Amino acid sequence: MSARETMEVDVVVVGAGPAGLSAAIRLKQLAKAADAEISIIVLEKSAEIGGHILSGAVLDPAALDALVPDWKERGAPLETKVKSDSFRVFTKNGSFAIPSFFLPPLFSNHGNYIASLGSLCAWLGEQAEALGIDVFPGFAATEILYNEDGSVKGVATGDMGRAADGSEKPEFAAGMELHARYTLIGEGARGSLAKQLDARFSLQENAQPQKYGLGIKEIWEIDPKKHCLGHVEHTLGWPLNNDTGGGGFLYHAAGNKLFLGLVVHLNYKNPFLSPFEEMQRYKTHPHLARLLEGGKRLSFGARAMTSGGWQSIPELAFPGGALIGCSAGFMNLPRVKGTHNAMWSGMKTAEAVFEALSIGRSNDLLAGLNARVTDGEIKADLKKVRNAKPLLSRFGTLFGTLFSGFDLWTNTLLGFSVFGTLGHGAPDYASLNKARDSKKIDYPKPDGKRTFDRASSVFLANLSHSEDQPVHLVLKDPSLPIARNLPDFDEPAQLYCPAGVYEILRDEDGKPRFNINAANCVHCKTCDIKDPAQNINWVPPEGGSGPSYQGM
Amino acid sequence: MKVLVPLKRVVDFNVNIRLKADGSGVDKTNVKMSMNPFDEIALEEAVRLKEAGKADEVIAVSIGVEKGQDILRTALACGADRAILVIAEEDVEPLNIAKILAAIVAEEKPELVLMGKQAIDNDCNQSGQMLAALLGWGQGTFASKIELADDAIQVTREVDAGLQTIKVNLPAIVTADLRLNTPRYATLPNIMKAKKKPLDITTPDKLGVEVRQRLTILETVEPPVRQPGIRVTSVAELVDRLKNEAGVL
Ligand SMILES: Cc1cc2nc3c(=O)[nH]c(=O)nc-3n(C[C@H](O)[C@H](O)[C@H](O)COP(=O)(O)OP(=O)(O)OC[C@H]3O[C@@H](n4cnc5c(N)ncnc54)[C@H](O)[C@@H]3O)c2cc1C
Ligand code: SF4
Repeated sequence: MSARETMEVDVVVVGAGPAGLSAAIRLKQLAKAADAEISIIVLEKSAEIGGHILSGAVLDPAALDALVPDWKERGAPLETKVKSDSFRVFTKNGSFAIPSFFLPPLFSNHGNYIASLGSLCAWLGEQAEALGIDVFPGFAATEILYNEDGSVKGVATGDMGRAADGSEKPEFAAGMELHARYTLIGEGARGSLAKQLDARFSLQENAQPQKYGLGIKEIWEIDPKKHCLGHVEHTLGWPLNNDTGGGGFLYHAAGNKLFLGLVVHLNYKNPFLSPFEEMQRYKTHPHLARLLEGGKRLSFGARAMTSGGWQSIPELAFPGGALIGCSAGFMNLPRVKGTHNAMWSGMKTAEAVFEALSIGRSNDLLAGLNARVTDGEIKADLKKVRNAKPLLSRFGTLFGTLFSGFDLWTNTLLGFSVFGTLGHGAPDYASLNKARDSKKIDYPKPDGKRTFDRASSVFLANLSHSEDQPVHLVLKDPSLPIARNLPDFDEPAQLYCPAGVYEILRDEDGKPRFNINAANCVHCKTCDIKDPAQNINWVPPEGGSGPSYQGM
Repeated sequence: MKVLVPLKRVVDFNVNIRLKADGSGVDKTNVKMSMNPFDEIALEEAVRLKEAGKADEVIAVSIGVEKGQDILRTALACGADRAILVIAEEDVEPLNIAKILAAIVAEEKPELVLMGKQAIDNDCNQSGQMLAALLGWGQGTFASKIELADDAIQVTREVDAGLQTIKVNLPAIVTADLRLNTPRYATLPNIMKAKKKPLDITTPDKLGVEVRQRLTILETVEPPVRQPGIRVTSVAELVDRLKNEAGVL
């Protein structure tokens, strides 16, 4: 193995999402105010900042107001204020709106903005660089480095130029070791390093298991006559059945764009369910069909989100660093918002790190970090909605929504919950029924106008991924997909992966073979979450690989 | 010997471009931009010449918007010694590019200009040739192999019939084809070091060049969408459809 270069910094941040960039910016602001020198490096696996970010997004600007109070003057890409809000329940052919007086106030989007989180991150990246923070897009952190005492010493970036068989190509360049006094992990939902840290330090041990949803999003340019700038719509119900949690969103953004998406909770039970096909079917509902008529699809992407909420927040600190943002999981499910909390957590963790650095500490445990990060805004936001997800899981969409509506009201008005704090039950990978006990779902064929197949969709994610590199979807036991998943669950990877990465191919004798088209991967992390055998390990491919989302 | 390498910032080759709603050109808002792949190859070759002790200095130059600094920083990380950005509007036409480059050549006095054979956005394939004409230098275009001797350069060119090897006296222009080499990665340590390398910013004005665009784009259209295929159920249906729908029988 070629020798790796090493560099010492004060803080290394993994991931240039809202959490990572907010942490870096806050830290540098504090250092400037105290006239202290703090060196910060931010690593981002996407070739460009924001290129791997996918969000709704309706953004609550509270945390941004606190981080960069003059963001308007500095040209932050938050231009479209939410003007109107609606919440609809879909049946197969119709829909009805839930009157706003039924909805607890937390559902209101007054004061929020419709924006692209990817663009906001690109802008935050510029702010960070202007402060003197080194932000390096195109470099994935692939390894946690440990000190002899077991504390985290930093991270290493991945090698570049390894061939599929692992050998070094002529243009091979070894990764680099970054040794830091504190390492912050802001990889977003289901981080690959966060997963290793959890395994090593049992961070999730005293919390409920994390829960997830898969969001599939498309950007459309629609007929200006049907576009209603600033309108936000959330939907429940069809195409998802009562047993499958999730919902849709329709955000009317600037430039006659419609941000359209469907979230499917990953504790769905039917192995024949395909979140991708559900999303395609969603667009055939009369309410959407009308909006999309004459429009054009511009982009496609998918990303998992956390949905465990308050009960699932893990131990945030580990010796030598902390989890921030959705790597820990601060998503508010009923509000479909996580960005503000991701930013709060980054900022508050930065404050704790700054104090520790100021008194010469390093590579130790930031004790009491959970309370420090969550007391205040995050707790106020998450605690009152803590039972929404468990109620949906238990009672299905219809009664779950009614009960959680009731629960949200008692929490809002009276400050308590008759349910106490409910648990989440089994993790998402354990929720599938056996294939033989499940009903096949007959999804309609794509029409090429409103509904599409995976190949033409993934095309719009602008993937770049050199084929000649080791497969980054690592099977712990390569025999399991055929030996266990296929007979038990009809190998659900074929369907849950929104990008068509996994296929069962058959040779002439009908013998099945598990095929991985790694170059199609859009980095949504669903396979790592949902594989019933927990046999797929998602690791970052060569830096800069993956989608190149624009304005997602 | 000094080597000058001109670099263009273009829409990344992985991006599916789309047209602006009014059809006036390609929509570049929020679009990922990167170094033109052929220019990357030219740069790599220049750096290899330097590493082999055949060149003393590699100067990267880009003409275009201020953001072009990004690709120049990448070039510095990949081994260029210094960089020059000539601030101009986007999509300056080849003749203007050639004139600006000629002015830089007059100042820097390189003996070799190594550039990409064409930019992947407008596919003009003109700048190198025009520069050679303006300077009165020899040129070796579509290079898939080069060998530097004392006062000349041997260039293997990719031509329709196969490969052609020519000898060009120095100073010369060489334009790179795809097979010349595989460019290296900009590594993290090198990107860090590149931040300290010099990057000068100038303008066509300062170089004494008047940029006059001569072409007007009348229209930009998307290629026609391919109709999805259909599955026929029988030979009879196939024949029928070929006859009555496609009209080819
Ligand atoms: C479909 C969908 C809709 C949503 N809608 C909304 C909404 O309307 N409003 C709202 O507020 N929130 C919304 N959210 C949630 C919001 O997007 C997240 O809460 C937020 O993005 C979390 O920020 P983060 O910084 O923790 O992680 P992320 O935004 O996921 O950013 C993580 C970054 O780290 C990078 N990274 C990961 N691993 C590595 C590694 N090993 N090395 C280097 N880089 C790495 C990633 O490429 C990425 O750039 C939505 C989420 C989804 C999926
Ligand atoms: S392979 Fe996994 S991470 Fe990649 S797109 Fe498919 S499900 Fe998502």
